[in-house]
Amino acid sequence: MGEAGMNDAGRGASVTLADLEKRYDRVNAVDGVSLDILSGEFLTLLGPSGSGKTSTLMMIAGFETPTAGDIAIDGTSVVAMPPYRRNIGMVFQNYALFPHLTVDENIGFPLKQRGVPKAERAKLVAEALELVHLPGYGERYPRQLSGGQQQRVAVARAVVFKPRLLLMDEPLGALDKQLRENLQLEMRRLHSDLGITFIYVTHDQEEALTMSDRIAVMNDGKVAQVGSPEDLYDRPSDRFVAGFIGESNFLPAIVRGMEDDVVIAECDGALIRAMCPGRPASGDKVTLTTRPERLRFADSAWNATTPQNRLSVTVTEAVFAGERCRYMLQAGDGTSMVLKEPSSAAIRRRAIGERAEISWSVADTILV
Amino acid sequence: MILARLVPAGVVGLILFFLAFPIVVVTVVSFSEATYLTFPPPAFGFRWYETYFSNPDWLNPTWVSLWVAAAVVVLATFLGTLAALGIARLPKAMRIFATGLILSPLIVPGIVVAIGIYYAYSHYGLVGTPIAMVLAHTCLAVPFVVTSVTASLSGIDPRLEQASLSLGATPGATFWQVTLPLIRPGVLVGALFAFITSFDELIVALFISGTGAVTLPRRMWDDLRFQIDPTIAAVSTLTIVLTVTLMGAAHLLRKRSQA
Repeated sequence: MGEAGMNDAGRGASVTLADLEKRYDRVNAVDGVSLDILSGEFLTLLGPSGSGKTSTLMMIAGFETPTAGDIAIDGTSVVAMPPYRRNIGMVFQNYALFPHLTVDENIGFPLKQRGVPKAERAKLVAEALELVHLPGYGERYPRQLSGGQQQRVAVARAVVFKPRLLLMDEPLGALDKQLRENLQLEMRRLHSDLGITFIYVTHDQEEALTMSDRIAVMNDGKVAQVGSPEDLYDRPSDRFVAGFIGESNFLPAIVRGMEDDVVIAECDGALIRAMCPGRPASGDKVTLTTRPERLRFADSAWNATTPQNRLSVTVTEAVFAGERCRYMLQAGDGTSMVLKEPSSAAIRRRAIGERAEISWSVADTILV
Repeated sequence: MILARLVPAGVVGLILFFLAFPIVVVTVVSFSEATYLTFPPPAFGFRWYETYFSNPDWLNPTWVSLWVAAAVVVLATFLGTLAALGIARLPKAMRIFATGLILSPLIVPGIVVAIGIYYAYSHYGLVGTPIAMVLAHTCLAVPFVVTSVTASLSGIDPRLEQASLSLGATPGATFWQVTLPLIRPGVLVGALFAFITSFDELIVALFISGTGAVTLPRRMWDDLRFQIDPTIAAVSTLTIVLTVTLMGAAHLLRKRSQA
C-alpha cells in the first residue's frame, strides 16, 4: 500500500463492449451497448433501475450470456468463458459472504481454488485484511460483523487474488449515508492503491460523481452519455442525462440564429444564448437547460459573470435551507424554474409574488 | 376473571391429555408385572423388556426394520437431495409438475399406494424380500427429503453461488464448498424423517413384507391379532423413545439452521 499514484497501465485490464445486447423474452434489457473501458480506469455505470446497468455487469462477470455482441478483456473475447475462469473480482450488492466460513476462510476462498499453499494463503489474507483496515477480524463469522465491515471483507475477498478487473454491484446501497460517504472515499483510495480497473454500478448520481474517472449514464438499455463527471454535469447531451444527474431547469425555446457554436433562441420573448454542438435550423423548437445553482438574480451581489442571459420571472416559492435559499420561479410563458442562491445575511430574501430579473452565463446554458 | 382464564386452560389441558393418553397408557403398561394387558398394572418391573430382548421373534424383525431404514436413509437422502437441487433449477411450471410427481406417494391414500406397489412388485417376484421393503420405503421417504432440502435451498442467497464462481471455484467446487454446507441441516433433517418414515411404516409392509422381510411394525400387528402380550407395550415404548429422540434431533437441527 501507500504507492499512491502508481496508475501503472499494466495492472488494470481494459474492457471493450461491442454492440452488447441482452434480450429477455421480448424485452431488450441491454440494447446495443458499446463502451471502451481503459486500463486502470474507475468507470461507473449509472442509471435508474431497469436501465440495463446490472445486466451489463452480469454479462462482464459471466453470469449472463449476451444475446448479441461481444465482450473483450485485454483484447480477448470472453463471451464463451465461464465465470470461474475469467479471473475478475466482484463485490455483490449484499456482499454475498459465505455465512458458514470465517472472515479468514472467506478471503482465503479464491486462493484455495487457485491452489495457493496454506502458509502463503494466510499471508495474503492478512495483507488483504490490512488493506481494508480490518486486521484481527479473521476469526469472526460474517454475521458477527456490521454492514460496513462485511462490505470491507467482501472487497478484500474480491481483490486478494490480484485480479486486474474489479466489478462492483451497488456495494454501498445497504449502508447508511454517513458510512456510505466514508466508504466512497475509501473506494477511491483503494482504486489508486491497487491501480486496477474498477467497473462500478450504482443508481446514486452523487456517488457516481464523487468516485468515478468516467461515468456511462444508461437509460432503457442504452448508453445515453459517457464522460467525466464534469462533462456530464456541465454538458449533458440530452434531457435524460440533464435530469438524472443533478437538478436541471428546462426552458422551451425557438431557434433564431447561430453565432459560431452558440445558438440564439427565443424564450418567453427574451433572446437566450446557449452552447450547442449541433446546427439547429432557424425556427426549430428546442429545449435549453440550466442548473439551478448557476442562475442569479440580476441585481444580486453574487452576480459577477458575463456575458449574461436574462429573463423576467415571478417568485412563486421561497425556501431557506441553511447554506442556500431555494426559489421556485415562473416565467411569463408559464415555465417553472428553480434558482439556488448561496445564503448570506447580507443578501435580501425575495418574497413570494415578487417580480425579478434573473441572469446566468451562456456557458451554463446547453441546448439538449 | 379467574374463571375466564381457567376455562380455556382446562379445555387445552383436556385436549393435551386426550392426545397423550394412549402413549401414557402404553408406557405405563410396558412396566407392568402382569402377564396380560391390564391398566393400571398391579405391580411394576422390567419383565416384558427382558422378554423382548431375549426373544428372536422380536429381535429379528427389529434388525430387519433397522437395516431397511438404514438403507432407505442412504438411498432417499441421496436421491431426494439431487431431486431438490434439480427441481430448484427448473422453470416454474415444470417445477410445480415435478414437485407434484415426487410428492404423490404422500398425496395418494396409503392403501392405494400399497396396492399399487404390491401388484408391481409381485410381477417382478420382489414380494417378501428386504429389497422390496427398501425400494417401497424409499418412494415414501424421498418426498420428505425433497421438501426439507428444498426449504433449505430456498433460504440460500443465489448470489452466494455466483460469488463462489466469480472467485474461481468450478461448479463442482461450488457445490461441495458452498451449496452443500449451507443445505446440510436440511439434508440431515430429511435423512431423519426418511428413517422414521421407514421404521414406522405398516401399510406397505402388510402387503409386501411376506414372510421373508417381516419388519417390527408388521410383527407388532401380527402379535396383536394372534395374542395379547404386554411385550408389545415394551416394544411400543422403545419405538416411541427412538422416534421422539430423532424428532427432537430434527427439531434442533432446524433451529440451528435458522439461527
